Amino acid sequence: MLRIENLDVYHGDAQALDGVALTVDQGAIAAIVGANGAGKTSLIHTIAGMHRPARGRIVFKGQDIAGLPSHKVCNLGIGQVAEGRQVFPSLTVAENLEMGAMLPRAKGKRVENLAFVLTMFPKLRERFTQAAGTLSGGEQQMLAIGRCLMGSPELVMFDEPSLGLAPAAVHDVLAAIRDLNRAGLTCVLVEQNVAVSLKLARQAYVLENGRVTLAGSGEALLADERVRQAYLGM
Amino acid sequence: MSSILFNVVVQGILTGLVYGLMALGLSVIFGVVRVVNFAHGEFAVIAMYAAYLLFSALRLDPLIAMLPIALGFFGIGYALQRLLINPFIGRPAHEQFILLVGVAIIIVNGLLMIFGPDARPTNLSYAFDSFAIGPLFIDKVRTYAAIAALAVTGLLFAFFRYTHTGTAIRACADNLVGAAVVGLDVKRLYALTFGIGLACVGAAGTLMVTIADATPALGPAYTLLAFTIVIIGGLGSMAGALIGGILIGVSEACAGFLITPSMKSMFSFALLIAVLAFRPEGLLGKRT
Repeated sequence: MLRIENLDVYHGDAQALDGVALTVDQGAIAAIVGANGAGKTSLIHTIAGMHRPARGRIVFKGQDIAGLPSHKVCNLGIGQVAEGRQVFPSLTVAENLEMGAMLPRAKGKRVENLAFVLTMFPKLRERFTQAAGTLSGGEQQMLAIGRCLMGSPELVMFDEPSLGLAPAAVHDVLAAIRDLNRAGLTCVLVEQNVAVSLKLARQAYVLENGRVTLAGSGEALLADERVRQAYLGM
Repeated sequence: MSSILFNVVVQGILTGLVYGLMALGLSVIFGVVRVVNFAHGEFAVIAMYAAYLLFSALRLDPLIAMLPIALGFFGIGYALQRLLINPFIGRPAHEQFILLVGVAIIIVNGLLMIFGPDARPTNLSYAFDSFAIGPLFIDKVRTYAAIAALAVTGLLFAFFRYTHTGTAIRACADNLVGAAVVGLDVKRLYALTFGIGLACVGAAGTLMVTIADATPALGPAYTLLAFTIVIIGGLGSMAGALIGGILIGVSEACAGFLITPSMKSMFSFALLIAVLAFRPEGLLGKRT
């Protein structure tokens, strides 16, 4: 569904990604594992069109989208649940969800998508008219996921969805990702909780200093000696 | 004495509402696009000349001319943001400053070349009529101008509160990264916002011809006035711009009446300094 070839990305003079190549199959969860500064967020921002690559191709459903602006990428069906949740704090929960449905591709499915999101996250229904800034971290993460789903995405990139959440909320968020994937959503998962993300993932990539150094199934990487030492502390 | 003072205060409030509408444009642009429009007052003066021309050529009442002028200004603002200001978004503040000061200088001198420095009055047939309510005598023109300013402000509030596009503009002001993440077309929304900001100035400038005569020198004075109002009311607060406008309108009118009209700016700035000293975020501004 998504194929990245030979992707180079710079922040000023510093190279963030160096010849990255990876694929994400339709219906899979693809985990991207790596230390802080390895280039995970740069990769997501570049796919999302928030950062322009210097070289390389990003092919989504047969179309090269490298360098397209973010609103066009979103409208092709690539959604993002960004690091730090990035909800609109002074807008209500209802307005936040509405903003997710501003994409031309999602306008006609507004009612249907809203019903789906509110069934999946009943907490959002309770908080519907509250300002998003007054929600707890876990609730904000559900709002961020719900807002993304309002755009009818076919592939969603989750950037550190469990970061800074209480343990119970971490479980809820990861369960929600698993359920969405079972319902057919293709997912890219960047997650500090390496063990859990590799267990969920069908495909997995290790990113080190902007390069893909290891690739395989989640299971295979979970068994890999180097991964166990570097990321699982075993 | 007290009934005259009461009259003066009411006149001040009415003038202040028009000032408020002008400042609202500045506040909306800054609150969303984060660019300070240093040519704000100059645009108000272009609108004054447009209203003057429409009145002298077609006898079009400024209250009606307000609509086409505001619409035209929306278009100018949209194009200006898209073509000229957008490349400067994200650049250091001093570069944006120079750009808009440059625009302001071009406008003032352009107007000087076309119209010369003399004031151009718009002589409305009802310019000296007034409503008598008990001891109050209220100018008709100011009343109409104030009602029109309130109506435009009300429409703007409704637009930002109840429409999807208005909510999207608030979303951009609230969290720019979030706006990009959900796929809002930020550049288009910025252009719309600049257009809306200039439409406010266009409407306010048109109404201003009922209060003052058009002359190029008013440009920098109105820019300063709009800044004072927005800082008193609170940067980025729409209600604050209106309240700041009323405060400045009343303070100008009272200073003119109690002391001498040439002192009116001194009182506005004293008010500004008082607000900066005791409530630097402005009356309705948010502490950051």
